[in-house]
Amino acid sequence: MSRKISEEEYKRQRLVRMKRWLSGEKDLYLDNMEVIPYGEYKPDKKQIKRYAHDLDEMMTRTYDTEHNRVYRFFQRFYKMAAILCCIALIFILIVEVSYLPPVGSASNPASNEVAAKYIEDGLQDTGAVNIVTGMILDYRAFDTFGESNVLFIATCTVLILMRNDKKKGKGSAEDEERRDSFYEPKKDAILQMGARILVPVIMLFGIYIILNGHLSPGGGFSGGAIIGAGLILYLNAFGFEKTERFFTEKTYKVISFGALLFYCLAKSYSFYTGAHHLESGIPLGTPGAIISSGLILPLNICVGLVVACTMYAFFALFRKGGF
Amino acid sequence: MAFVQNVPFFSIMLSMFSGIVSSVLPGKAAKRLNTAVILMIGTASAWLLAWLMQTGGSYTFMMGHFPAPWGNEIRAGALEAGMALFFCIIMLLSLLGGRKKLFDEVELTKHNIYYILTDLLLSSLLALVYTNDLFTAYVFVEINTIAACGLIMIRQNGRTIEAAVRYMIMSLLGSGLLLMGICMLYDLTGHLLMSNIKESVTSIMAAGTYQIPLTITIGLVTVGLAIKSALFPFHAWLPDAYGYSTVSSAAMLSSLVSKGYIFLLIKIFYRVVGFDIICESKIPNVLFLFGLCGMVFGSISAIWEKDIRRMIAFSSVAQIGYIYMGFGLGTTEGMVASIFHILSHAATKSLLFVAAIGLTDVSAGSRSFFNLTGSAYRNKVAGVGFAVGAMSMVGIPLFSGFVSKLLFAEAAVLHPTHKMMPTLIVLAVSTILNAIYFMKTVVRIYVPEKPELELEMGYFRVQAGQQRLYTFTIILFIIINLVLGMMSEPILNIIETGLVHFT
Repeated sequence: MSRKISEEEYKRQRLVRMKRWLSGEKDLYLDNMEVIPYGEYKPDKKQIKRYAHDLDEMMTRTYDTEHNRVYRFFQRFYKMAAILCCIALIFILIVEVSYLPPVGSASNPASNEVAAKYIEDGLQDTGAVNIVTGMILDYRAFDTFGESNVLFIATCTVLILMRNDKKKGKGSAEDEERRDSFYEPKKDAILQMGARILVPVIMLFGIYIILNGHLSPGGGFSGGAIIGAGLILYLNAFGFEKTERFFTEKTYKVISFGALLFYCLAKSYSFYTGAHHLESGIPLGTPGAIISSGLILPLNICVGLVVACTMYAFFALFRKGGF
Repeated sequence: MAFVQNVPFFSIMLSMFSGIVSSVLPGKAAKRLNTAVILMIGTASAWLLAWLMQTGGSYTFMMGHFPAPWGNEIRAGALEAGMALFFCIIMLLSLLGGRKKLFDEVELTKHNIYYILTDLLLSSLLALVYTNDLFTAYVFVEINTIAACGLIMIRQNGRTIEAAVRYMIMSLLGSGLLLMGICMLYDLTGHLLMSNIKESVTSIMAAGTYQIPLTITIGLVTVGLAIKSALFPFHAWLPDAYGYSTVSSAAMLSSLVSKGYIFLLIKIFYRVVGFDIICESKIPNVLFLFGLCGMVFGSISAIWEKDIRRMIAFSSVAQIGYIYMGFGLGTTEGMVASIFHILSHAATKSLLFVAAIGLTDVSAGSRSFFNLTGSAYRNKVAGVGFAVGAMSMVGIPLFSGFVSKLLFAEAAVLHPTHKMMPTLIVLAVSTILNAIYFMKTVVRIYVPEKPELELEMGYFRVQAGQQRLYTFTIILFIIINLVLGMMSEPILNIIETGLVHFT
């Protein structure tokens, strides 16, 4: 016995909606997605004139191409010289590679006591099952600290180049974002559905890779990149107004500042005690447990946070010049 | 272990710490922190230098709980401590000299980023000076490169962006070659620690296996660092990068960034490969040749140049040529002369940049050579500073440039082979060319301009009292220059003892 339902309820049923969508009656994109349709292409005469003028200005005034002998000389020989240089470099490198020790041979100079100690004593020294993590975050933590500072300083330079400090009006960050939908539709239903399913999984996977970095392949750099990708996907699907509820420039500053500061202080302590042959007093724990291997786990989390924030910040800065 | 031995570790960590903290500070506080940190590191380095000169020798410092071939290690000797001290002084003075200009040329909201960049630049320079590990050196070379790009483009106009792009492309090419070199060196020796690589390299050279790839590898590393420090044929990025960036950046780029790479190269020569092996290979000859070319062509380009900032930048090409020419001699005397010239050039070039900005500011911002007529009367301090810098670059006695030229000439005379004549001749030619463009500028700025023309062009006069900080900076720069020029004996002593303990 079937129950009689109202027409509204009938229309809301999944099967009916599917049928309407298939038959083309209902367009999911309508009323929902913000997209600015392409108008007919009308060349902006003023703009083109300005570009031409700029180019002319650059060529005649800045570089003075007509009288600049060096410039003309390079114009003529540039391509040829570039090709010749590349060929010469390739040739040199091929010659060099042909003389290098064979790959994977046991008698190579690279298979010496350094690698042997990492493999044999790595677990005991660092408490990390994953030797690579043990190496980058304990044996050679100074290099990794430098590397996370590379990311930090790279974000700073992108901030210089891209951050839009104009608050209102034409050319401000909000305006830039509005213009962005010329190129990309917003509130895309399919993308939103996909993101709803994928983003939590991606985030969890990233967190797992970071937290498990000392036990299985992975670590701060790879896990952070995955979380960053998840954030970018979320931003693309739901737009800035949703992400800004939990991630603004302030959040970015606090997270990267906190993570790098912790890294700096923790490692300073560890370097200092190490150099003076003091006990650091940080227990290594049982190898294989989640909370083990001393400082490696917190450092992995710090690196992961810095990497995730850097990736998201790059994307946001390129997209609208701010968060 | 004496407490003073912690200084290298503390100075690297402190500068990185200040960079990180500056990211949440407003511009003014970041500026104060930056100044305080540079002063602290400078004082500490002076202390370390005094201690090292007393005790002699050098020592290694373990970064972490694991000894050297497994963990990281830094190493300090008299030369390293002296370099760190010197870099701190020059960085502080360059920042002080350009502080006012920074407000005009850089957006106020981005000032704290500027100080983050300088803090991290300082940390990378210190790490390049102190490190005993090739890979650590590479990581900090990266920081150095990115910081330098940021310093160029923080003054945002078309020319600086273009200059930064050029700088980045050339610099990344250099980094790439350096990285390839380090990888291959690891493949051949199995080590990243400098002292261990040296042992393996010596045994490779004795055994005769892998000689060809080793030579190519050393070549790659040398070319990479030469590109990054703007040796003659790779100098195309230099005039724009130094000529259009804000003045503190230009002073720091010319006197610190390129010098950091050169110091790394010296380190690789002495500590990674061994000076004897380098001298036996043909690499110094190539450096010698390009150094000589740079000395002449850099000066010729500078003579052609009508823009004063770009002229000073082209003069850098010539001076870098001098330094590489000293490497190319392949003797200890040549090396000492080169290291002294690193100091002398750094002190003088930053003085010239800072003085030039004072001259252009009172000439309605015009950088053209002809508009600078009489500008030394409009800004007397800057005029004196520029004249001192120019005389030092030309090599007039009492100033630092004279001592380095004397040392180069001595090294050439003492050189056993055929390199003596070309060195002396090119040294003489280059000195004359230097004199042409520098003296021409000094004469130009001291020729009085007609008062009615000054009014018409909107030129104005600045008294020393109106710009106390600037005056103070210029006076300190001049004092450093005179110290280097007149009391070179103790400094040479530090360099020589440092080089002995360097290997």
